[in-house]
Amino acid sequence: MPRTFTPKVVTANALLEGDAVWLTEDNTWTRDMAKAELLTDEAHAELRLLEAAGRQDEIAGPYLADAKATDDGPAPTHFREDFRTRGPSNYNHGKQAEV
Amino acid sequence: MYSYNDFDAAFVAERNRQFRAQVERRIDGSLTEDEFKPLRLMNGLYLQLHAYMLRVAIPYGTLNSAQMDQLAFIADKFDKGYGHFTTRQNIQYNWPKLNEVPDILEALADVEMHALQTSGNTIRNVTADHFAGAAADEIADPRPVAELLRQWSTDHPEFQFLPRKFKIAVTGSPNDRAVTRAHDIGLRMVQNDAGENGFEVIVGGGLGRTPMVGKVIRDFLPVADLLAYVEAIVSVYNLLGRRDNKYKARIKITVHENGLETIRDMVESRFEQIKPGFTGFDQGLLAQIEHAFATPAFKAASTDGYEAARLANPAFRSWTDTNLTAHKNDGYAIVSVSIKKHGQTPGDATSDQMRALAQIARDYGHDELRISHEQNVILPHVHKSDLPAIYAALREADLATANIGLVSDIIACPGMDYCALATARSIPVAQQIATRFDELKVEHDVGPLKIKISGCINACGHHHVGHIGILGLDRAGVENYQITLGGDGTEDTHIGERAGPGFAYDEIVPAIERLVLGYLDLRTDPEETFLQTFRRLGADPFKAILYPAKEAQNAA
Repeated sequence: MPRTFTPKVVTANALLEGDAVWLTEDNTWTRDMAKAELLTDEAHAELRLLEAAGRQDEIAGPYLADAKATDDGPAPTHFREDFRTRGPSNYNHGKQAEV
Repeated sequence: MYSYNDFDAAFVAERNRQFRAQVERRIDGSLTEDEFKPLRLMNGLYLQLHAYMLRVAIPYGTLNSAQMDQLAFIADKFDKGYGHFTTRQNIQYNWPKLNEVPDILEALADVEMHALQTSGNTIRNVTADHFAGAAADEIADPRPVAELLRQWSTDHPEFQFLPRKFKIAVTGSPNDRAVTRAHDIGLRMVQNDAGENGFEVIVGGGLGRTPMVGKVIRDFLPVADLLAYVEAIVSVYNLLGRRDNKYKARIKITVHENGLETIRDMVESRFEQIKPGFTGFDQGLLAQIEHAFATPAFKAASTDGYEAARLANPAFRSWTDTNLTAHKNDGYAIVSVSIKKHGQTPGDATSDQMRALAQIARDYGHDELRISHEQNVILPHVHKSDLPAIYAALREADLATANIGLVSDIIACPGMDYCALATARSIPVAQQIATRFDELKVEHDVGPLKIKISGCINACGHHHVGHIGILGLDRAGVENYQITLGGDGTEDTHIGERAGPGFAYDEIVPAIERLVLGYLDLRTDPEETFLQTFRRLGADPFKAILYPAKEAQNAA
């Protein structure tokens, strides 16, 4: 039986601000992970990562992060990715402050 | 303090000009991130979880009030109004924007500061005893040698592509406050039988994944031979150090794999080879640098007012009990300003606090400040008669916490709240431990105790040498915290031993509380510190406190 593919999102850091961004279906970068494209097919995910890696003047360090589908959109499964959607826990800085 | 000469100023300006152009080429897309990364790292710029991070060197932890004011200015203009003092005497800004970093570097250059070699596989910021030039127990001020090493190592053509990063620490005191035995090279000033100053040279120490206590490669090295000998060590390491495996690339592994004797023979042979090249220019330079670090003109005044204030004000007395260290001048004291107010982030100072510290240094401290590897700020030269006024000014700036060396004076790395390498958070654990012990009102009763927290195996939080060390890990997608016991970062450097299975995020603070309160029952008297009790009894009774259920199981 083929191994099941954990859904992914393409994520990176914005070039100027350095904060977390996610790739959407219509090829923009969003700061709201819920608006990202959820990739459920491995080959498609690899392709989207390659496409993202070509956009060097917008982002740095793209990678595929595990995600899960929710009613609101893709959500993180690991605490590191969860922190990236919010910001640090010691101050109200980063994305949590921008909402 | 050392002031830049024309060469230094021109060099830093040229590097900043180069980096500005590199940033421009990155932003317009001519440079990829892979191409840009080594260039930004050479200038101290990291890309972290939520933003870029700029690590600014504070060479040997020394700065003046104008520099501290400028750090505050940068925090306000380019960041979020604060900075984070690190365990390597640097300051980190957590929110700079890439296009503004060249301006920050220029603002730093205006006050003779830079971010060069605060990252990458080079010789990093040379650290020193934060009480240098002031401590009563000091043989001589180690900072001139540290400055000489800074100049020698900056852009040293042979050492820009070392197998791995390389850290040097220097102390001028027999009581090691610079953790020299946990550095790639540690230099501990000693005197020989003739009463001449020299260095005990320690090599191959380090924490991280494979913690090792440094080994003495030379018992006594005359000061005049220092640069040639250090160059010989780094040269041998550069040739021998492993480049096939990042985790085996530090000099501690090189020494471990080849043996100290082999390394010593190679270093001595290389030293003899290159020594003739050091024809005395470095010693002339050292003499000039020493002149720049001349002892300030200490004032003579009565200390009666200080004693009276101690008697009159219990809060002031408590602060003087914990936050002062003996100065070499009887009328003076060394003040450690705690950047560890209960519940705050260890090492974080706001721009207002930086300006307050700068003003105090100008008014009362011979214009000198230090950053300690324990993430506090030091006023090294303060006349005792000025202490009441200083305390009042510190209170005004919310900097008068009386907890130096106590449970809440915790070292913590940024952890997963900021760091891209981290496997768990450190800061909230430190905040919660400090808050909890403040609620319990026992920390003065508990006495000297060093808790050190790292958010990953790289050990920036020095957890291996904490009396209680905490290491945050990712265990199956959940934060988990391992406790080590009995570590020591002084001249008796000792790596702590793992207590047992780790604790979940919501279990770690109660575990530390159990451990510390349990120690109170184990000590013979209030004079026996946590570390002394641990050394007397060994780990077993402490493990029994940490894992009561398991003990009950064993007994059943």
